[in-house]
Amino acid sequence: MKKAVYQLEPLTCPSCIKKIETTLTKTAGIDSVKVLFNSSKVKTEFDESMVESNNIQETLQKLGYPVLSVKTS
Amino acid sequence: MIGHINHHKNQITALAGLLIVIGFVLGTLGNENLQNIALIIATIISSVPIFIKAIQAIRMKAFSIDLLVSIAILGALYIGEYTESSVVTFLFLFGDYLEMRTLEKTRSSLRELVDMAPQEAVVLREGGNSEKVAIEKVEVGDRIIIRPGGKIPVDGSIISGKASINEATITGESIPASKTVDDKVFSGTILDTGYIEIVAERVGDDTTFAKVIELVEEAQESKSKAEKFLDKFAGIYTPAVVVLAIVVYLFTQDLHLAITFLVIACPGALVIGAPVSNVAGIGNGARNGVLIKGGEIMDKFSKVDTLVFDKTGTLTKGKPEVTDIHTFNRLDEEFLLGLVAKAEMISEHHLGQTIVKAAQNRGIDLASMEQSDGEVIKGNGIKAQVNGHSIIAGNRKLLQSEKISLVKAVEQYAVGREKQGNTAIFIVIDGKIAGMISIADQIREDAYKALAQMRENGIKKIVMLTGDNKHTAKAVATALELDEFHAELLPEQKVNYVKELKNSGHTVAMAGDGVNDAPAIATADIGLAMGEGGTDISMETADVVLMADKLMQFSHAYLLSKVTIRNMKQNIFIAVGVVAILLIGVLMGSVHLASGMFIHEASVLVVILNAMRLIRFNHKNMHSSKRLESVPAKA
Repeated sequence: MKKAVYQLEPLTCPSCIKKIETTLTKTAGIDSVKVLFNSSKVKTEFDESMVESNNIQETLQKLGYPVLSVKTS
Repeated sequence: MIGHINHHKNQITALAGLLIVIGFVLGTLGNENLQNIALIIATIISSVPIFIKAIQAIRMKAFSIDLLVSIAILGALYIGEYTESSVVTFLFLFGDYLEMRTLEKTRSSLRELVDMAPQEAVVLREGGNSEKVAIEKVEVGDRIIIRPGGKIPVDGSIISGKASINEATITGESIPASKTVDDKVFSGTILDTGYIEIVAERVGDDTTFAKVIELVEEAQESKSKAEKFLDKFAGIYTPAVVVLAIVVYLFTQDLHLAITFLVIACPGALVIGAPVSNVAGIGNGARNGVLIKGGEIMDKFSKVDTLVFDKTGTLTKGKPEVTDIHTFNRLDEEFLLGLVAKAEMISEHHLGQTIVKAAQNRGIDLASMEQSDGEVIKGNGIKAQVNGHSIIAGNRKLLQSEKISLVKAVEQYAVGREKQGNTAIFIVIDGKIAGMISIADQIREDAYKALAQMRENGIKKIVMLTGDNKHTAKAVATALELDEFHAELLPEQKVNYVKELKNSGHTVAMAGDGVNDAPAIATADIGLAMGEGGTDISMETADVVLMADKLMQFSHAYLLSKVTIRNMKQNIFIAVGVVAILLIGVLMGSVHLASGMFIHEASVLVVILNAMRLIRFNHKNMHSSKRLESVPAKA
């Protein structure tokens, strides 16, 4: 199990949270998703044998949220 | 493509605004066709980002404000109200832009903290070479050099050098702390003057600084009951508005009215009003060294009417200090202190060590003195030969057993000191009473003022619970004018006492030092940890953490919670009030689409601006100067 935190551009609409959470939760291999609205961060836990941090980043970008930085641990 | 449009939203907004102005100019010149064309183009380009968002939200089965506005725009275009459609889209985008800018401001206190995070470190490698490395590369055990103006990159202990360090990022306290070998330093703090080498103990996400940031981020997300309710409410409210708009249309057959209703009823200010207050309030706390863990705690804290304090380390400094050196026979103070300190160096007792420390702080050279025949008389004092003088330092019992009689003046002086709460240590040099050293665990300098302020702000009862003896407890309770004190308590008795207070209807905040008071802190409605700024236990168990040893921070946090909750209520009131007035206005026919949108966006801005006041909210007098009497150090 790996953890990754994505720093996004400032989130402004509370509905963005739902959008990101539902999309990522549906992605295979992602165990948990938490969107921090006020600090504009997405915290995920995922199985690295099924999905890579890069894939998650791509998904976020496709949803319309540019990723500024990633921190994995 | 979508990302591209989002990226250029500001330009789109500006272009739409320009087109609207051109349209109106053309209109007043009498060319109505060109006016309509300009307004239609303005509507179309500025509605693209709104439509995109609305569609994305629908895919997630979420009703968003964008959806309401999208329907309204299409409706307005359908009935040929080009002026209104263009103004509404423009205002919505422009409002969005202002919202983003101002929201950023409410988040700014935390952002400023995050930006303080150190980026690199100068690591000392074997062989004496130093190397600049990225902060992620620093490992536990690395030796790191910090020069003036540099940031401490990781948590660690000083192994050589000394420095004055500004720890405001962690403690909110801007007066630099002086530190030297074996002292702990924290990541994110700034070396003011001096030079130190440290050994890294905690790196990366384990540093106190990283934990503080994480805690505050989590706190800002954690919602109060009111917010949770509002979220649920908005979830039902938005679709309900769509249904109501349809009902309005069916009844009146007036599409224009139905569309106006749709736009006006958007829940914008309502959704954003409560969270912005909390975010700004928690951010303010973090910058002043107070971690408040979430909206729920903010709410409960504001309702507290009873304070319970531990004594040692909470109301008092927890560190005994020499408060007075008195000499008889015109003896030099430092001469006396030096001799006694040298003698006390054999003592393990904390009173003895306090004297040694006092001498070291005054720069007295103890190493060059000679000491022999040292003897510790347990519970009473010490005897030793220093530089050829025979020294006795201890209490009355020791004097009696050494057959040294107390002159009346000396006895009187001692009683006076003791009444003020000191432990008096008699000093005998070469068989004669030469002086007296008083030691006390002093009450925190800001205690009296902080408690008085909190009483002013709504605290009805202040209680002290301590394991210490009654005599000492009474001295503190009297000096601070506490309502009640209970001495000689065990940790579980403290818990029971807090429970009793809660059962009798009080909302109780308990402040302690986080380790031995942890059970009582957990029992209280609001638990505060202080005096141990930044230890893991206190940060985990407490609801509110005071990062610096300041009771004024407690007072600030209490008032902050009240102000934040009041701010939140104002925001909810503004949001609900504006929507209600607008709805009535629409139904009476006196509010139109464009003007309604304007008022609506304005109300969103008003609640954000209102919350922004919290960022700057500050107790002016965080530092107090009033000194108080002291209490005896526990012997």
